[in-house]
Amino acid sequence: MSHLKVEGLSIDFGGLRAVDKLSFEIAPGTIHSIIGPNGAGKTTLFNLITGIYAPTEGRVLLDGEEVTGLPPHHLARRGMCRTFQNLQIFDRMTAAENVMLGRHLQETTGFFSHLFRLPAVVAENARTRERAVQLLDHVGLAEQADTPAGSLPYGALKRLEIARALAGEPKMLLLDEPAAGCNAVETQEIDALIQSVAEGGVTVVLVEHDMHLVMNISNHILVLDYGKKLAEGTAEQVRRNPDVVAAYLGQQADAEAAHA
Amino acid sequence: MSAWLMQPRTGGLLLLAAVMVAIYLAAPNNFYLDVAIQIGLNAMVVVGLNLLIGYAGQISLGHAGFFGLGAYASAVLPVHLGVPPLAAPFVGMLVVGLLAFLVARPVLRLKGHYLAMATLGLGLLVFMLLTNESQFTGGPDGMAVERLRIFGERISGKDWWYLITCVMLLLSVWLTLNLIDSPTGRALRALHDSQIAAQVAGVDVARFKVIAFVYSAMLASLAGSMSALYSGFVTPDKAGFLHSIELVIMVVLGGMGSTFGGIIGAAVLTSLPQFLTVFAEYEHMILGAILMAVMIFLRRGLLPAILDALRRRRLS
Repeated sequence: MSHLKVEGLSIDFGGLRAVDKLSFEIAPGTIHSIIGPNGAGKTTLFNLITGIYAPTEGRVLLDGEEVTGLPPHHLARRGMCRTFQNLQIFDRMTAAENVMLGRHLQETTGFFSHLFRLPAVVAENARTRERAVQLLDHVGLAEQADTPAGSLPYGALKRLEIARALAGEPKMLLLDEPAAGCNAVETQEIDALIQSVAEGGVTVVLVEHDMHLVMNISNHILVLDYGKKLAEGTAEQVRRNPDVVAAYLGQQADAEAAHA
Repeated sequence: MSAWLMQPRTGGLLLLAAVMVAIYLAAPNNFYLDVAIQIGLNAMVVVGLNLLIGYAGQISLGHAGFFGLGAYASAVLPVHLGVPPLAAPFVGMLVVGLLAFLVARPVLRLKGHYLAMATLGLGLLVFMLLTNESQFTGGPDGMAVERLRIFGERISGKDWWYLITCVMLLLSVWLTLNLIDSPTGRALRALHDSQIAAQVAGVDVARFKVIAFVYSAMLASLAGSMSALYSGFVTPDKAGFLHSIELVIMVVLGGMGSTFGGIIGAAVLTSLPQFLTVFAEYEHMILGAILMAVMIFLRRGLLPAILDALRRRRLS
């Protein structure tokens, strides 16, 4: 059974159809990339899948169950987490606290325990903190654990978002341009990070402009153009598809040729 | 010194208790104790309101309404419903908590100006209710409050009320600090910075906003009840718009997101009109000027600015 199934999904913004009758499936434990030119509807599709937008029509099924229109925090309970293209960081919290918040659903103590600071809360705080610092270490931010997130550089925040998303132990992780604005070394680190996450059995859905990264690590690629599916398949199949070459890769090849 | 102050759990509470004892010992007469009691009662409201405004980032311009309801609960329940004066504040808290719970969801879906307007409306509604239902509340003239008795002893002296206020303020601060350093507190601070990221991490944003709103409303109600029992008289002014604004200014002046800062804000704003007669005449003008000055020069509030300055001096 597919981990995620999208059937005839569409959304209209005023007169504009940003995503148009899109259907596809994502197999569990794979790295699935969504590519397409700017404005193709990639981030909109992410927002539809993660419950931030409600679709105009169509269905989203997670593990075979319909989840269309469920709010994000319900989807989180079903093991879905994501990062954001335009960073969504808790600026006034420290890096460690950002990741600790990512473990919100793993924390089981209730409001009245919090109010009276029962020993269970103290122990839970310590456990959450310990796990958060481990994850920060995993993304290379252990030394910045107690730095306010608002004062960290852009590349660090990208990794902080990934650590926060991983903190919730998701079964499906959606990454919206994790390598945007990162240099070659950082991109390579993120590449390795994504692969290690997928090896742990997590289904990764990736929106990314770095073609090198996408072609390297994806098991499956979906190409969007004007909100419609242009092509899908393995990296090799997509690369050879003439429509894709014309709509997207060709443009980039032209651009690269122009730079050269 | 500032590092010790920044340890809010232990250092802050001990320091606060020490200041309370020092004020009691140093107060030359009952007038000073009276001012200190009023500071403490306002500080209780501000500590809760700061959780809502400073931590969760949700404005309320109607919290004096909850304060007023608590005050009238102490006055009305014993006279009209036969509730013992000692139980009235707690019955009031439950009623206010329920009311806050019922209005919180629709109201806290709103953001920014809309939220400000809706909470303003809620406060005005309570004020009009207390003013107009004069058969129960005495109308604009207010009503007398039956004195509190514990084991037959009449609790009316300043010493008693100073003790009660100090204990309740310390308790409020302790509970609030507990919440802040817990999953609940992290969820509140997170939804302030990015509601969407909090939701994606599994935070039921609506639920946590309701928690902060109800908690702050119940603290305001309790402080209102205590204020009524202390002064022996209530008027609708306590529920009025200007009192709501004063409470918000105390939060902003002391420091949004700083629990102890809020107490300093309450202390400054409550004591100024008591000690400066010129303040009493131009109170609202001066309040406005303070708010503007804080927003322009000290946006983070007094205590965070002072702590920052201390830290910078130590580093240099």
